[in-house]
Amino acid sequence: MTLRSSFDRRGFLRTTGAAALGTLAAPSILRAQDGPIILGHLTPHTGFLGPLGEYAVMAAELATEEINAAGGIDGRQLQLIKEDSVNPQTASTKAERMIGRDKVAAIIGEISSASALTIAQTVERGKTLFLNTGANSDALRGADCKRHMFHVETQNAMYVNAEGQHLLQSGLVEGKKWYVLTADYAFGHDLLAGARAFLERNGGSIAGEDLVPTDATDFSSFMLKIRAAEPDLVALNLAGTQITSFFKQYGEFGLDFPVGGFGFDTAMAWAAGVQNFRGTWPCVWNHQIDTERSQAFTKAFTDKFGMPPENQAWGDYMAIQILAQAIRETKGTDAAAIIEYFEDPEAKFDMMKTREGYFNPENHQLLQEIYAITAVPASEAENEWDIFTTSEPLPAPDQPLETLIADAVGGSCSFSA
Amino acid sequence: MSLFLFLSQLLNGLLDGFYYLLIAIGLSLIFSLGGIVNLAHGAFFAIGAYLAIALTPYTGFFGAVILVPLIVAGLGMIVERLLFTRFYRADPLYSLLLTFGLAMIIEQALRWSFGAAPLAYNMPELLRGQVFIGDFIYSRYRIFLITVAVLAVAALWLLLNRTAFGRIVRAGIQNPDILGAMGISLRPYLSVVAGIGIGLAGLAGMLMAPIVPVHPAMGTEVLTAAFVVVVIGGLGSFWGVVLAAILVGVVKGFVIGIDLPSWSLAAIYLLMFLVLLLRPRGLMGERILRFE
Repeated sequence: MTLRSSFDRRGFLRTTGAAALGTLAAPSILRAQDGPIILGHLTPHTGFLGPLGEYAVMAAELATEEINAAGGIDGRQLQLIKEDSVNPQTASTKAERMIGRDKVAAIIGEISSASALTIAQTVERGKTLFLNTGANSDALRGADCKRHMFHVETQNAMYVNAEGQHLLQSGLVEGKKWYVLTADYAFGHDLLAGARAFLERNGGSIAGEDLVPTDATDFSSFMLKIRAAEPDLVALNLAGTQITSFFKQYGEFGLDFPVGGFGFDTAMAWAAGVQNFRGTWPCVWNHQIDTERSQAFTKAFTDKFGMPPENQAWGDYMAIQILAQAIRETKGTDAAAIIEYFEDPEAKFDMMKTREGYFNPENHQLLQEIYAITAVPASEAENEWDIFTTSEPLPAPDQPLETLIADAVGGSCSFSA
Repeated sequence: MSLFLFLSQLLNGLLDGFYYLLIAIGLSLIFSLGGIVNLAHGAFFAIGAYLAIALTPYTGFFGAVILVPLIVAGLGMIVERLLFTRFYRADPLYSLLLTFGLAMIIEQALRWSFGAAPLAYNMPELLRGQVFIGDFIYSRYRIFLITVAVLAVAALWLLLNRTAFGRIVRAGIQNPDILGAMGISLRPYLSVVAGIGIGLAGLAGMLMAPIVPVHPAMGTEVLTAAFVVVVIGGLGSFWGVVLAAILVGVVKGFVIGIDLPSWSLAAIYLLMFLVLLLRPRGLMGERILRFE
């Protein structure tokens, strides 16, 4: 009884009024606090991209550990919340929870272009940063671009331009016919459009093309079709474990048409093994790059996990380093301030390569050098990791980095929409 | 598309059916006798593939083909003794939960011991390359794989239909209570059947290791296909599973043959859907007293 009488209408208004004022004032109080900086790491741990996601997770852990061991960012420790993004719907739900419940400073990760799009839509509503570390689709940098999404990962056009140069030099384009296998989801469709446009520009034609379900592990039917079509080149727009399945079964069926393509991850070459891996492929980074920082990263990763990092590991490690630099420079985790910093062409980042990278303010793509790797014959491989050699950085030193994103498909980007 | 290529795809699908069979028959066998829906079947498939990688440096490829299924079968019998026995008479839901958990434990254990990155596994040079049957090109390795699959399934059929062991197992599938009344204990038979079923999953994993990516979650993909085959074939029917496996392969080949490869996986589920709609107990499913 006494309780109820002491808590009358006036008392209620007083208390809730004070509480409401407190909540309004909270953001400034929170910003001043020295609590940990929470990062949401969201990437596939399962499914056909799962094996790549595992590298992403390992690298994110390594980056966080290193930053914290060195005293954190301006004295604040990094804390990582890791989740399996599973599929576009789940990815969006989990992103929403990270923003709403965990109050993350940024979301880092993703490999699937389809999931990256739903995460981007969520972060745009929640005004939180998203650093894409693995989704390549040009559309994410074009019609589907978002102000809060930045791309540490290369975009498809960069792969098409780099691999295209190699194929042109090898005489595999003009007047030649390609058999194209494409992963049947956003990334593949986007890459296929880019590859088609490239072939048209350069006088090649398509001998046959198939969309391959992402879950497919049996490629025997495609082997029969490829052989019947007798192409000059088998061009792959595949992703994840599809690439390994293809290599293994291409070797199994003893086919020997040249193979090349635009989508690639070194982990998939390692999984195919030196017996099956062949051709020349574009990649954003590989463990053979001869710079001090690349070799230091490779050593730290190998010491911790017992195997060299692959390009997906580089992506997530790099993204956390880039974000840490932005938080230091802007003295906080305010998304608007970091966006402004990233969009400044003067903001340069050490990409572990020969040239520094910077974000293209028009589509938020991190412009950087890329590489091509070429399979070595089985007899020359020194171990199970060094089954390829890396090229010098692309483009050539006298070419601007912008040449890599020329002729991108996927529409034009407008952040106001 | 030419008629020849269409026929090639059909034939390729038919041959695909044999390794669907290898994976599905063990699942069907364990379910028929003990009523356990083994959701860990795919996980044992993965164990088979990883064991192949671990053993091949010591035993060679062909040694592994013999040893891996035996070891996985042994594991299966241990799992049967420790876990399955408690659930034979229980609601099937409990065994579903049990084997679902077991599948996750095995997958994580593989991730722990071998890492999450897919591993390479080479096939002997002897089996690499193409063979021609007339104009039809096929892989030498798959001829080997299918031969082993057919031998294993034929041996299983002989065991079930031409031996005293098989008579008791078949009686147990039909009516375990009467078998008990006749003074025959089904327990040791249940162990051996679980061992055979799971051993076949291990054999399938070992044989697929050279041609698919070997990673800890590789079993889940396979499990779904095996389930579809068992459901289409019908419970408790040996020939039902054989027929269903081949049918699934041919339907997949047909869909690719008419140039709709992106529909090839969906077509299998569509087939299951149709069969369940028109004939709920499967193509050759028997009426089993315990389940009706």
